[in-house]
Amino acid sequence: MVQSTGSSSARPMERFRRAAAGRTGMLVALALVLAAIVVVAIVKGVPGTQLLSLFVRGVLLGGTLALGAIGVTLVYAVLKMANFAHGDTMTLGAYLGLVVVTLLPKGAPLAPFSFGYEFLVALLLVIPAVGLIAFGLDQLAFRPLRARRSQSIMFAMAALGLAFGIRSLVYIFWGADFTFFYTGRARPAVELFAGVRVRPDQLFILGLAVVLIVGVYLLLERTKIGKAMRATADNSDLARISGIDTKRVILWTWLIGGGLAGAGGMLYGLDVQLRPEMGWWLLLPLFAAVILGSIGNAYGALAGAFVIGIVWQMSGAFINPVYSQGIAFLVMIIVLIVRPEGLFGGRK
Amino acid sequence: MPLLTVERAVAGYGEMQVLRGVTLSVGEGEIVSIVGPNGAGKSTVMKLIFGLLKPWEGSITFDGRDVSGTAPEKLVRLGLSYVPQVDNVFPNLTVEENLDMGGYIRNGSLAEQKERVFELFPRLAERRKQRAGKMSGGERQMVAMGRALMLDPRLLMLDEPSAGLAPLLVDMIFDKIVEINRTGVAVLMVEQNAKKSLALANRGYVLATGQNQVDGQGRDLLENPEVARLYLGG
Repeated sequence: MVQSTGSSSARPMERFRRAAAGRTGMLVALALVLAAIVVVAIVKGVPGTQLLSLFVRGVLLGGTLALGAIGVTLVYAVLKMANFAHGDTMTLGAYLGLVVVTLLPKGAPLAPFSFGYEFLVALLLVIPAVGLIAFGLDQLAFRPLRARRSQSIMFAMAALGLAFGIRSLVYIFWGADFTFFYTGRARPAVELFAGVRVRPDQLFILGLAVVLIVGVYLLLERTKIGKAMRATADNSDLARISGIDTKRVILWTWLIGGGLAGAGGMLYGLDVQLRPEMGWWLLLPLFAAVILGSIGNAYGALAGAFVIGIVWQMSGAFINPVYSQGIAFLVMIIVLIVRPEGLFGGRK
Repeated sequence: MPLLTVERAVAGYGEMQVLRGVTLSVGEGEIVSIVGPNGAGKSTVMKLIFGLLKPWEGSITFDGRDVSGTAPEKLVRLGLSYVPQVDNVFPNLTVEENLDMGGYIRNGSLAEQKERVFELFPRLAERRKQRAGKMSGGERQMVAMGRALMLDPRLLMLDEPSAGLAPLLVDMIFDKIVEINRTGVAVLMVEQNAKKSLALANRGYVLATGQNQVDGQGRDLLENPEVARLYLGG
């Protein structure tokens, strides 16, 4: 960063930029963005209850986004590649879950949720299955590129190819229409507090997302393979020199990243609906969350996912929801202008 | 029989040849220092021995076994440890986690090894929960050496252990190298600081333009007028 000479001569913009570039400054800036959204919404006559509902909805969406974003950031940290197939990996998880739910004999809904035991069984199967599939795709598409030390554009193209491939398979097997895990089942909302209504399913989704995220945290911080993953992310040459089996680290990276993506896809499908493009459309918000939280940083991805989720939902109060993803990107761009290394830059 | 032998090794990066025939050996329990001007290929020799480069010609033998081009993750199992000149710690891991990674391939407790590292570098014991990236250059070098000692290596390879350190710290690091060597670990090091490193080495090699030019006892090299004139700056 270029230091300007003499703070008295610094232009106001420059002074603002430097003040905002600290972690605290960043948080203040984000709070201001949130406040701005609230103010605009109130000026436009949006009722407070609706705003609060949208905030809660944003937190819920943030949980699902986080499941995808952590995988994107882990793969980037360990393999130094942007996996553009990650969104479609989520789609794959959702549809594989649908297969399991459809094949199993239908049980009664587990009140107050809209799903039965089949959905839980599907989750337990889909998480490891998508993890293994993600690893298999890596061996097929990315390992040869690593062996040849290909440029990053090659990895990006291969990942895009995988993304289109997965989506095409979904079209072939399940058609282009949207569908649900449980067609025609009522999903009533209940009042949470102060007129904020959510579906019990959504609380389950957030709860499970939190459990999975805590699990990943414990794995990264406490286990030997988790530490080896962080070490490889930090300095892969030194990891090899230390005798760390980087192949195993890569396997675990995909198992975790793919597994979380599979779970995230199923949860997103449960919350909204299943569509062949569901994951593809999540890809940009995922990357926005990851970049916002400093790419390669798992905790940053978590924070970024919630910021993007909340901004995305809340801006829907006063603009057509079709454009609200754009607002989320705007926030990302502002953050990157002010603090290019992202919220957690310099940390992993 | 020497512990490590490099026999007429030729190697380089891509098309660029750096080493034009390097021959050297390290005996059990010895300290051997490679000195020479910038760009002589000193670090390249280290990378070659540690399997980060494959030899184009020549051979590398460790403990009677041909290890030319053997991958680093296999070499550590044979009792070789390597501390690169730069990027030699995991910056986002704590001191203790760095040491854990040094002992990664060992199953079971690393408490005893860690205790020994902490005895050698008491400073690290005080800072075991601190992230390595937040530490000073001298402390980072201690972490790097500590990590390399976690597997009780037979040969410790150090690439420019004193680079970028204040004079006081340089002396401290060299003292530690002697202390490590006294526990029976052979040391092969590359150093810019030729005078100091040759003074404590049993033997030395002067490397220039990818070949070793002069070999001998550490002290003799220091007093060799040709070496002094050419490489040691008087």
